[in-house]
Amino acid sequence: MKIAVCIKRTPDSESRFRIAASSASIDETGLKFDIDDFASYAVEVALQLNEKQGPGETVAYAVGPDAVQETLRKAMSMGVDRAVQLKTDAVPYDGLAVAKALAAELKSGGYDLILFGKHAFDTSAGIVGTATAELLGVSCVTAATKLDIANGRGTARRELEGVAEIVEFPLPAVVTIDEGIARPRYPSLKGIMSAKKKPLETRPAQLGNVRVTVKSMALPPDRPPGRIIGEGTAAVPELVRLLQTEAKVL
Amino acid sequence: MANVLVFAETRANTLRKVALESVTAARALADSTGGGEVHALVAGSPGIAAVAEQLGQHGADLVVVVEHAGLANFDREVVAATLAARAKSGSYRIVVVGFSAQGRDIGPRVAAKLDVPIVTDVVEASVTGGAITVKHPAYANKVIVTLEINAPLAVLSVRPGAFMVATAPHAVRTEMMAPAAEPSASKVVVKELIEGGKGKLDLGEAPVIVAGGRGLKAPENFKLAEDLAAAFGNAAVGATRAVTDEGWRPHSDQIGQTGRQVSPQLYIAVGISGAIQHLAGMRSSRTIVAINKDKDAPIFKVADYGIVGDVLEVLPVLTQAVREAKAAH
Ligand SMILES: Cc1cc2nc3c(=O)[nH]c(=O)nc-3n(C[C@H](O)[C@H](O)[C@H](O)COP(=O)(O)OP(=O)(O)OC[C@H]3O[C@@H](n4cnc5c(N)ncnc54)[C@H](O)[C@@H]3O)c2cc1C
Ligand SMILES: Nc1ncnc2c1ncn2[C@@H]1O[C@H](COP(=O)(O)O)[C@@H](O)[C@H]1O
Repeated sequence: MKIAVCIKRTPDSESRFRIAASSASIDETGLKFDIDDFASYAVEVALQLNEKQGPGETVAYAVGPDAVQETLRKAMSMGVDRAVQLKTDAVPYDGLAVAKALAAELKSGGYDLILFGKHAFDTSAGIVGTATAELLGVSCVTAATKLDIANGRGTARRELEGVAEIVEFPLPAVVTIDEGIARPRYPSLKGIMSAKKKPLETRPAQLGNVRVTVKSMALPPDRPPGRIIGEGTAAVPELVRLLQTEAKVL
Repeated sequence: MANVLVFAETRANTLRKVALESVTAARALADSTGGGEVHALVAGSPGIAAVAEQLGQHGADLVVVVEHAGLANFDREVVAATLAARAKSGSYRIVVVGFSAQGRDIGPRVAAKLDVPIVTDVVEASVTGGAITVKHPAYANKVIVTLEINAPLAVLSVRPGAFMVATAPHAVRTEMMAPAAEPSASKVVVKELIEGGKGKLDLGEAPVIVAGGRGLKAPENFKLAEDLAAAFGNAAVGATRAVTDEGWRPHSDQIGQTGRQVSPQLYIAVGISGAIQHLAGMRSSRTIVAINKDKDAPIFKVADYGIVGDVLEVLPVLTQAVREAKAAH
């Protein structure tokens, strides 16, 4: 199969964040960046599908400045065959604009399957994949926790709140990947070496109008410091009293 | 004066809580512009029109009813096409959907069909002149981003639990609308629905959550968490990734950065260390209780009330005490 996987370069999710002096972005000094978590599951799913199904091609796409080349190389070191950077100085916070840039590029790619993360760690938005599908006019399954492809059709599982849905759909399709499908592999030394020689093309991103902009960023208010009320079963009566009188939830 | 179109989400022809929250958010937005109308669109199998009255109670002026025998299950393609068609036909300022599984699927489609901007997971929104300003938690809830949208029409997807359902009775009209696409032509087809247990409260809707971690030691000990949830009566049971990875609980129960993000009235963390990725999914809960045998566990830094102790001993005693407190009401 011909599979595209769209990956975003995002800061390590374990980082402690600070707001930049401009107050409209985070301070990037000292942060480590990598493929965003859900997109890294998408890369793994793409690789496994092609390993299982025999000859195919897996191509990674990233919209962003030259720093995304490192992210694309990482995907190639995991086993992706080639990569495309859609170049822009800064990735806008406007998910539909990013989707337009990807759709313009993927339209003529002849892909059977195009994979995304359920949402990117930084925006936590869940827009780009589903919007790209709509722009391309292909089937779309959002937040899949299982995915199988056979005879030109896909089957996926999705968790609605309290209920799981099994859906079937024709290819070509866009699927956005939730957690639980696959753990991303670590690149092997051989993978890292060969990634250096794999093709990485760069083309300008056709973002169109950007209509969503960041006005400010702030850290969430701190919770009051925690309080230990006691030890073992002896603390239960005090807990119940506090839940009744102070928290008023019982 | 600006009208707001809102998708009122249903399951099995019953309104979901997120539908009432979305209508509440839509009402507030319309009112803030000097009193526009709120139009709520519902889609389902014949009989769905019966929910109109309830939507009026929360501020809908008009309910757009899309009834079709082919809409018994959620059909994302038909709903997105119909919502977009409706948005195009009226003079709307904003389209509101919930940031639920259905809304996540519909919002970006509607935005792309209409070529209008969308922002998701909105916890606050206001309209001032030409701009819509929203707050949106990003970086797994570690950063609050304020965004400005400059467009005559935009889609806002609101975080479940962020807009408290309010009563605002309006005289409600109804209008029938044919689906803008034929359900039998949808590409994505629901083959099966797997119920997560009858009468089980969803994590996003439960006022109380009892969440268990590896400290519960074995899958069968989740019975203790379930007993406590049952004693509350309005509680759901969640888990950490350590637990879902072990297969003790299904992935859909996972709370945290890569699982569900919840903010119940009361969150009881039992045998959970409090890793940053877990906190990302629950630290906005109103009251947090933690039971852990390690007094230095990071969960105690965010817990309003912490008990240092063995969960296997403390839980049964707490369950009994909660039962008694409930019975005394
Ligand atoms: C990219 C990424 C995403 C992640 N996403 C998530 C996510 O969405 N959700 C999530 O939860 N995690 C997530 N994690 C994993 C997270 O880092 C932690 O590993 C996980 O939350 C730990 O789960 P735990 O608290 O159950 O287990 P542990 O960390 O093993 O903690 C068990 C706790 O139980 C206590 N304990 C043991 N026995 C007893 C007893 N008898 N009585 C009382 N206490 C006891 C111990 O003191 C300990 O504090 C993610 C990690 C990464 C890298
Ligand atoms: N700049 C980007 N370049 C490539 N893919 C992206 C980009 N932004 C988002 N994506 C993909 O879209 C998914 C959802 O992003 P979002 O809609 O921002 O939450 C991510 O997990 C990626 O798979």
